[in-house]
Amino acid sequence: MSDHILEMKNIVKEFPGVRALDNVSFQVKPGEIHALVGENGAGKSTLIKVLSGVHPNGSYQGQIHVDGQEQRFLHIKDSENVGIAVIYQELGLVPQMSVVENLFLGAEKGRAYRIDWDVANTEALKYLKELRLDVSPKALIRNLGIGKQQLVEIAKALAKKARILVLDEPTAALNEQDSANLLSILRELRDRGVTCIYISHKLGEVLEIADTVTVLRDGKTIGTRDMHGPERLDEAGIVSLMVGRELTERFPRVEHTPGEVVLQVRDWSVQDPENSEKRIVDNVSFDVRKGEILGVAGLMGAGRTELMMSLFGAYGKRLSGTMLLNGQQLNIRSPLDAIRAGLAYVTEDRKGKGLVLGMDVRENTSLAALKYLSRFSIINRLEEIRRAEEYVKSLRIKTPSIEQKVKNLSGGNQQKVVLGKWMLTNPKVLILDEPTRGIDIGAKFEIYNIMNDLVEKGVCIVMISSELPEVLGMSDRVIVIHQGRLNGELHWSEATQEKTMLLATGGTEK
Amino acid sequence: MSRSIDGQASASMQILQNQLKHNVRQYAMFIALIGIGIIFTVLTNGIFLSPRNLSNLLLQTSFIAILSVGMVLVIVGGHIDLSVGSIVGFTGAFAAILQVNYGYSTLTVVVLTLGLGAVIGVWQGFWIAYRLVPAFIVTLAGMLIFRGALIALTGGQTIAPLEPAFRAIGQGYIPRLFVNTEATSGFHDLSFIVALLAIAGFIFFEMKTRLRRKRHGFSNLPVPLFVAKIVAVAAMLWMFFSVMVNYRGIPYSIMILMALVLLFVYITNNTTFGRHVYAIGGNREAALLSGINIKRKTMAIFVIMGALSGLAGLVFTARLNSATASAGNLFELDTIAAVFIGGTSMRGGEGTIVGAIVGALVMASLNNGMGLMNVSSEYQLIVKGLILVLAVWFDISSRSNNA
Repeated sequence: MSDHILEMKNIVKEFPGVRALDNVSFQVKPGEIHALVGENGAGKSTLIKVLSGVHPNGSYQGQIHVDGQEQRFLHIKDSENVGIAVIYQELGLVPQMSVVENLFLGAEKGRAYRIDWDVANTEALKYLKELRLDVSPKALIRNLGIGKQQLVEIAKALAKKARILVLDEPTAALNEQDSANLLSILRELRDRGVTCIYISHKLGEVLEIADTVTVLRDGKTIGTRDMHGPERLDEAGIVSLMVGRELTERFPRVEHTPGEVVLQVRDWSVQDPENSEKRIVDNVSFDVRKGEILGVAGLMGAGRTELMMSLFGAYGKRLSGTMLLNGQQLNIRSPLDAIRAGLAYVTEDRKGKGLVLGMDVRENTSLAALKYLSRFSIINRLEEIRRAEEYVKSLRIKTPSIEQKVKNLSGGNQQKVVLGKWMLTNPKVLILDEPTRGIDIGAKFEIYNIMNDLVEKGVCIVMISSELPEVLGMSDRVIVIHQGRLNGELHWSEATQEKTMLLATGGTEK
Repeated sequence: MSRSIDGQASASMQILQNQLKHNVRQYAMFIALIGIGIIFTVLTNGIFLSPRNLSNLLLQTSFIAILSVGMVLVIVGGHIDLSVGSIVGFTGAFAAILQVNYGYSTLTVVVLTLGLGAVIGVWQGFWIAYRLVPAFIVTLAGMLIFRGALIALTGGQTIAPLEPAFRAIGQGYIPRLFVNTEATSGFHDLSFIVALLAIAGFIFFEMKTRLRRKRHGFSNLPVPLFVAKIVAVAAMLWMFFSVMVNYRGIPYSIMILMALVLLFVYITNNTTFGRHVYAIGGNREAALLSGINIKRKTMAIFVIMGALSGLAGLVFTARLNSATASAGNLFELDTIAAVFIGGTSMRGGEGTIVGAIVGALVMASLNNGMGLMNVSSEYQLIVKGLILVLAVWFDISSRSNNA
């Protein structure tokens, strides 16, 4: 009998042209929280897909043992049967259905063909209580915040009698409060004997919660460390294992000298499209100066994205407000107006709103600037190719050619394509919404450098970020949004995580 | 020396295998076309391949192919148009009535009918683009509305006959220049010239593209494969034209179709409008944030579809030399099937004009072959329905394999 609840031995998984997993071994002890970290493309997701049966037995080499028994999963169902439950970044809940319907979806309570709702509701309450989740089983998923939805996912896994819970970036979309809550619940689950595999890019959380850390790099296991033992890793230690080098400076801060005011926003209010009584952005005023990076901090759902999208003409109904660019009043009713005026908006949802995944690098790069690349609406193909190649080179986009479809690029390279697309429109103000979400540390660093270059060239950058170190590390000034209102402004030299978080949660500066 | 040739040959094989693997859909539709041709040739004791029948087949293809050109844009843009059959009938009857009852000249009739098609497109485009009613519903309603309007307009009567100039749109052939000028079959010189021009044009553009790609350092097919491709496509073009060169010549409707294909291939590849349509279908949100005026483009798509439906109405009416209340019945099915057989994605954002034309040939071959075999119309419907399901299933399964 092995003392590991889960052992994956010498896993090799190949895709056409790529060896995604190269002899990976991974061992998890019962009742621990085991963090799995690595850059994007290191093989974490592939490993989890092998574990859960998404990649069925036979499509990879190597062995999986659960409780010392070899397992050959052919379907997700097989792995669920031995108690493995995977909770993916994109939640697998049906938004139109209630909590209880979702909890037992596919394993409905009652007899064949007839659901016993009384039993289902009673059981649901039990699971919700275990997770200290105070919602009615009858509440619809779409009316719950993302943090609560995450907990419903976990409840669903528990309802399936999961013993090994795999969480893939569970806090990526959560605010600090919900993240903290999630972490404490995971600890409780651990104390009750649930084993947890925790995948995250947020190293702070990993340090806080993990009993053991395994680092993957380029499809190989780099090391497994006991976080309570003498080999305990700190943040720099994990990062150096992940990237294979010591990362001395995570944020390349360059001193900018802000010039005159370029963009002035005054009394900006936007109606909530879901609830006409509510203002999702409420009376916000701010300035952006030439040659600076303005950070926009706040919790998830504070209205930052909505504010920027509405400035860009792509969100909701504006109730009040004026916007001046270089002293000229702008009247923006659509993204087209905004682009013409010299604004650019890099969305937080790269795949959903930023790229046409089925198009190639060239077509995506030119999409927002076709007007400048065409005459009488006939595209100047040579110029288009020249510009696309120029950006592939200057942004160091790793792609076999500009004819590669962007869906085949890694997250970091996709993000660079989006950046190139907006740089091609020659913007005066570049709005970046979570510019480094879900991309690896190396690519992050490159994007920070690109931002600094742009500022150097006189572009104003407005950056929304939910990662506090990033906002504080990159911005010259930080404005903090709380529940649709501007709740304070900090200069970078005085901004600390504590101060910013205080403002973001609605506190006031002393 | 021999090693490098071996190396090149094996590289070519590799690329060929890759091409086969990644372009299953493109090859599949040609294989389907050839397979259908062989089956019907056997089943009809060779009648299917007779020059007379093949020429007929092309005439039958023309109106479905014209509709398919527009339908590619509609489906690539993420919509559907179920009303094309009714619009073909309605605009065709409108044209016939203008000429038969009111004595308008053919040119006037053509202009007014295309205009009517465009106006119908504006009507449907308005609801789809500006009132955000799904195209499925708007065009389903259009299918009823314009079928009803057609019956009301004709009063259930057949409207005939048309002037020779009008009939020529659907039945006529381009004239002979010097040889056999009085004959109705045999070598057709003008068609031969058109065929040569088409093949030469194709080779010229392939060479030009190859040189351009080389200059930018893009990957090109290795020389042997490139030559093979040129020879194969030129041979296919020649097969296509030889039918007409050796029979009565190229029909006017095929000339119209070829012009449309060239125009729309250009539009989809080289204009901002074409790019925008693919972007909207590929990712609507990204297109919106990139400053694309989705409403206006959607409207344009449906106006084009409407005008092309009007054109197909003219061709079809001219071919029958009459307008009837049942004209254009179920053309939407043939058209949509042709577009899917031609490799256009169900989900929008992907598809080609040329593919849809091949798809239209497949559908017309089915109609023609089953007609030759005297398959009764109820079984024809069943076969075509099954073909539609198979085409979409094939699209979906080949896409998930390649993803």
